[in-house]
Amino acid sequence: MNIKNLITSAATILSLSAFSALAEPALIYDLGGKFDKSFNEMAFSGAERWKADTGGSYREIELSSEAQREQALRRFAENGNNPIVMAGFAFSTVLGEVAKDYPDTRFAVIDGYVPDQSNVLNIGFTEHTGSYLVGMMAAMKSETGTVGFIGGMDIPIISRFGCGYVQGVKAVNPDAKVIYNMTGTTPSAWNDPVKGGELTKAQVSQGADVVYHAAGGTGVGVLQAAADAGILGIGVDSNQNYMHPGSVLTSMVKRVDTGVYDSFKAGADLAGGFATLSLANGGISYAMDEHNVSLVTKAMVDAVEEAKAHIISGELKVHDYMSDNGCPVK
Amino acid sequence: MNEKIKGGRHNSVAPSIELINISKAFGAVKANSNISMQIAQGSIHGIIGENGAGKSTLMSILYGFYKADKGDILIDGSKVNITDSKDAINAGIGMVFQHFKLVENFTVLENVILGVEGGQLLAPSISKARKDLRALAKEYELNVDPDATIDSLGVGLRQRVEILKALYRKARILILDEPTGVLTPAEADHLFRILNNLKKEGKTIVFITHKLREVMEITDTVSVMRQGEMTATVKTSETSPSSLAELMVGRKVLLRVEKQTSAPGNTTLEINNLNVIDNQGVQRLEDISLSVRAGEILGIAGVAGNGQSELLEVLGGITEASGSIKINGKEIALRGNEANGQSRRLQGIAHVPEDRQHLGLIMEFEAWENIALGYHNSEDYQQNRFLMSNAKIKTDAIRKMEQFDVRPNNVTLSTKGFSGGNQQKLVLSREIERNPDLLLVGQPTRGVDIGAIEFIHQQLIRLRDAGKAILLVSVELEEIMSLSDRIMVMFDGKIMGEKTPTETNEKELGLLMAGINGDTN
Amino acid sequence: MDVLPKWVDTVIIPLIGVLISLIFSGIIILLIGENPIDALKLMITGALGSTYGWGYTLYYATNFIFTGLAVSVAFHARMFNIGGEGQAAIGGLGVAIVCLSFGWTHWFPALLAATLGAAIFGALWAAIPAYLQGKYGSHIVITTIMFNFIAASLLNYLLVNVMRPTGSMDPATQKFPEATSLPSLHDMLEPVGISFSKAGPANISFLIALIACVLVWIFIWHTRLGYQLRAYGHSESAAKYAGIKPFKIIMISMLISGALAGMMATNNVMGEAERLIMNSTEGAGFIGIAVALMGRSHPLGVLLAALLFGFLYQGGAELAMWTTIPRELIVVIQALVILFTGALENMVRAPLNWLWLKSRRGTS
Repeated sequence: MNIKNLITSAATILSLSAFSALAEPALIYDLGGKFDKSFNEMAFSGAERWKADTGGSYREIELSSEAQREQALRRFAENGNNPIVMAGFAFSTVLGEVAKDYPDTRFAVIDGYVPDQSNVLNIGFTEHTGSYLVGMMAAMKSETGTVGFIGGMDIPIISRFGCGYVQGVKAVNPDAKVIYNMTGTTPSAWNDPVKGGELTKAQVSQGADVVYHAAGGTGVGVLQAAADAGILGIGVDSNQNYMHPGSVLTSMVKRVDTGVYDSFKAGADLAGGFATLSLANGGISYAMDEHNVSLVTKAMVDAVEEAKAHIISGELKVHDYMSDNGCPVK
Repeated sequence: MNEKIKGGRHNSVAPSIELINISKAFGAVKANSNISMQIAQGSIHGIIGENGAGKSTLMSILYGFYKADKGDILIDGSKVNITDSKDAINAGIGMVFQHFKLVENFTVLENVILGVEGGQLLAPSISKARKDLRALAKEYELNVDPDATIDSLGVGLRQRVEILKALYRKARILILDEPTGVLTPAEADHLFRILNNLKKEGKTIVFITHKLREVMEITDTVSVMRQGEMTATVKTSETSPSSLAELMVGRKVLLRVEKQTSAPGNTTLEINNLNVIDNQGVQRLEDISLSVRAGEILGIAGVAGNGQSELLEVLGGITEASGSIKINGKEIALRGNEANGQSRRLQGIAHVPEDRQHLGLIMEFEAWENIALGYHNSEDYQQNRFLMSNAKIKTDAIRKMEQFDVRPNNVTLSTKGFSGGNQQKLVLSREIERNPDLLLVGQPTRGVDIGAIEFIHQQLIRLRDAGKAILLVSVELEEIMSLSDRIMVMFDGKIMGEKTPTETNEKELGLLMAGINGDTN
Repeated sequence: MDVLPKWVDTVIIPLIGVLISLIFSGIIILLIGENPIDALKLMITGALGSTYGWGYTLYYATNFIFTGLAVSVAFHARMFNIGGEGQAAIGGLGVAIVCLSFGWTHWFPALLAATLGAAIFGALWAAIPAYLQGKYGSHIVITTIMFNFIAASLLNYLLVNVMRPTGSMDPATQKFPEATSLPSLHDMLEPVGISFSKAGPANISFLIALIACVLVWIFIWHTRLGYQLRAYGHSESAAKYAGIKPFKIIMISMLISGALAGMMATNNVMGEAERLIMNSTEGAGFIGIAVALMGRSHPLGVLLAALLFGFLYQGGAELAMWTTIPRELIVVIQALVILFTGALENMVRAPLNWLWLKSRRGTS
C-alpha cells in the first residue's frame, strides 16, 4: 500500500471539497474486531470475496473506541468512499446522524435499524426461520427430549434466534424441554468462551443432548464443551461444522458475507431501504457438509426441507420475536 | 608522612590498613580527597568528623560499596582491589553497620552463616557454626544464645551478633560505624571490653564516631576528617577533646554549655498519672507525673525506647493517652477530636520532635514550606479567606532562617538539601520563634555537627532565660547533664527518679537508665 | 546543588521518553512492513494537521485532562486512585440523569447542572473507598479497582434493565434532548471568525477542563487545604505532628479526585455521544494514571501529557484507517509511550543526571 498517496488523499479531504473519484467501498467492523470467528469475520470474508471477484480494493477499520464510530463514518464519507458498510446494530444511532450530512453517500448497516434515510440500506436477516429449522433438527436428533439454547448478549435480536429455535423444537416434539440461557447483558457476552462452556455443562447435567448457540465468540466454548460431553452442538452465523466434526449437528448460517458482498457490488448505486436476507434468497440456511453428513438422516433432511418450502411459500409462519418483543412459546 | 610510609615498608610488620591518596567525588562534591592513612595491626583507631566529613564514604570504599576514583588500598602491606563486599571479606575486613543488617526472624546462628552456608545442606555448617560461635564467645566475652531469634534480642545483643558475623568470616580488621549510638552506658562499656579483647588478640579495629569522649576512652590513635580531607592523625594520648573538636570544626568550640542558674517561675506544665497503652496492648507510659516551671529545663534521660517518645507525642497531640495534663493550670484534651497538634499549638506548646526527618520536617518540601508546617492555619500566613499567602510565608522564612543562621540561606531549597544541623535549626526557628510557653525538645542534637550543637544549646538556654518552660528528652547523658536544671530518668515507661545535675554523675544515672533503683531499695 | 534543574526533570526527561518510544514503535512498524516515517507523518497530519484532526485530538485530550487531574490531586495526598474509570462512568450516570430528568431549554444551565451532577456522582463513588481507607485502612488501590467493576456492573444493570428505551437493542439511554447539545469548538469559534471543522467532537467542556487545570493548581499550591494535602502526601507522620487529620485529608482528596473524574462525563457523555452508552469511559480513567505520572501531577504537565495522549489516540485512529497497521499494534505504541515516560523514567533520568553532573564538574 502506498502511504504517500494516502497522505496526499488525506490532505485533500481537508479541503472540504468532495473528492469522490476514489469511490472505493469501505467496511467498518464493530468493536469485537475483524477476526472474531463469527460475525465480523464473515463480513471480512464477504469483502475479500468481492475483492477477488472484481479486482477492486476497499478500505476497512477496526474500531477501538466508541468515539471512532462516528469518526470512521465521517472520515470515510469525506474521503469519498462509497458505499460504506457497517457490521453491527450498534452503528444505528450514529448512522442516523451522519447519513443526513452525506446525502450522496450510500450506507449499508447489517442488523441495524435506521429508517427514514433514503441513502441507508438496512440489511436484516430472518434468523428466526433458520433457527426454526435447526430447532426441528435438534428435536428430531434428541434422545432425551431436552435440548438447549445459549444466547450471547441478552438483546431482542438474540431472542429472535431463541424464539425461532424453540418454535422449531416444539413443532417436532411438543413435549420437548428447551433449556434457555443468555451469557450476559453486556457486549463482553459475545466473547466469553469459558462461560459458554460452563453454561453448556450445566445444560448437559440437566439432560440436554443438543445445544444451539447464538453467541459469537462465546460459542467456541459451547461447541467445545458439547463435543467434550459427547453431545451435539449447533453452530451459528458461519458454517461451524468443521470445528468438531461429528459433534456439530449443523450450523444456522447467516450470510453476513453476502450482505457485504452485495452492497459492495451495488457500489454507488446501492439503494436505500430494507433488504432482508432469508431462506428464500439463500441469506439464511442450515449447513450440510461432509462433517455432519453422518449425523443427519434423510428423514430429517426431508422434514426440514418441507418446512423450509412452507416457510418460503408462506404456508408456515414462524413468529418473529422482534415484531412484538414476545415469544408465543416457552 | 612520606617518611613514615617508607619507614613502615622497611619494618618487618606492615600496617594492617594503609590508604594512599584515596579520592572520591560525587559530581562536584569531593567526598574524599587525597586521603592517606596507616593503621597499625592490633590497634584501635578512631575516625572522627562531623556529618558529611567523608567518614562513611571512606569506610564504604574500604568495604567495597563505592569504588575510589583514585588511590590504593593496602592490607597487610599488599595492594588489594576491593570492588564489592565479598572482596572486602576475603581481604579480612568485617563491618558493623550503624543500622544492623540482620534477618529479624532468623536465629543468631542462621544469621551468622547467612551467605557463607558452604553447601546445599545446612545441617553440617550449622553444627560447625555452633562450635565456632562457642569458641568465639568464650574468647571475647561475646555471649549470645545461638538459637534465639533476632527479634527477641535487645540492641546490644544484636550488635554482638554483627560482630560475631564478622569474626565468623575470619575478619582481622573490624570497622564499627557509630556503634554506641543505640547503647546504654553499661552496654557501651561492655562493647569497649569486647573491643579491647579483640585488640589483645591482634585484631585491628576502626572505630567511627562523633563522640569525643569515646574516642578518648578507647582508641590508640585517631584521625580527624573535615570536608573530605583528613586534617590530622594523632596519638590519642597526646591530644585532648577540645583540640580534637577544633580540628573537626576548624575553629574553637565551647564544649560546655555556659549558663546561669535558673530562676523558675510558675508551673507551666503539670502532668498527673499519665498512661499510654498502644494498640498492641503494651503499656508505654505508666503513671507518669511531673511538672515543669517557667524558666527551667527538665531533662528526661533514658535509653531510647523507654517511653520518652510517647511522652513527647502525647504532649504534642500525636498520641492519645489517659490521665491529666495541665498547661498554665488549664486541662488539655488527651483524646478525641481536640487532641491534635493544631490545638496544642494554640495552647502554647511548641514541639521539636525527636525524629525531625519523619515528624518535624517534610523532606521533599522547600525550606519555606516547612516553616509553615503546623502553623499553616496561622492568620499571618493567609492572603484572604480562601488563599494562603506563599509570599508572606517566604518573607517569614527568610527572617527566621537568618535569625537561626540556617545555611545555605535559601528558602526555596529542598529540605533534604540541608545538612542535619541546618534541618534542626529550621525546626527550632519555627518552634522557638512562635514564643511558646512550653517547648518540647527531643534529641535536639542527634546527627548534628558539633558547631551546630553549640548554637542549638545556646538557643535553648536563651529560651529558658526568657522565662519559658522546656521539656528536654535526650539519650545523650552529657547533653542532659549540661543543659538541664532537673533530671528525670525514664525506664520501661516509668519515671525511675529525679536528680539534680550538680549532685549526680553518669554512673548513678546509668543505673537508673538500666532500671536499677539504688536509692530506695 | 547537584540535582537536575526543574526544567530538565519536567520537560526534557518526558520528551526523551517519548523519543525512545517513537524509535521502538518505528522498529515495530518497520518489522510489519510499513514505513515508520510515513506513519509518523500520517499521525501528525491526521491529529494536528487540520482543525478536523484537532477536533478529535482535543476531544480525547479533554477526557485525559479530567482523569489526569483526578489522579494527580489524589496522588498529592499519596492516595493512588485507580478508580477514575469507575468514577467517570458513574459521573456519566449523573450527567444522564440531569439531562433526561429536566425540561432543558438551553445548553448553558444544562451544562452547569450536568457538571455538578457529574462531580457529585463521581465524588460519591470515590467517597466509599476513601471512607474505608480512612476509617479501616482498607487499601485504596484495591477498593478503587473493585469499585471500577462495581460501577461497570451497576451501569450494565441500569442500562439494560432501567434506562434502555423499550425496543432498543443497544444497552444505552435514549438520546438527550436537543437543548442539552453542547456547542462544539466549531460553534464557539465561528462567531470570532475562525473556521473550525464541524466533524470533531471537541466541545465546550475542553474549556471546563482548562479551568479545572487552573483551579487545581490554585488548590494544590495556594490554599491551606492543598498545603495540608501535600504535607500528608509526603509524610503522614509529619502531617500528624502538624495536627493535620489524616481522615479529613483522605476524604477531601478523594472527593475532589472523584469529582474531577466524574466531570469527564460532560465531555464524552454530554458532549460526544449525547446519550449514556455502555463502557462510555473506554479506559480514559486508566490513561489518566499515565497522564498524571507523566505530567508529574502538575496541572500544566497533565495538560501537556493529555494532549500527547489525545494525539496518540487520534493519530492511532488515522493509522488504523489509512494503513494496514492493525489496531493492536497502535495500542502497543501507546503502551510504549506509557512505558518509557512513566514506568522507565529512571532509565532516562540516571544517565542524564550523570551527564549533567559531568558537565557541571567540567565548568566549575
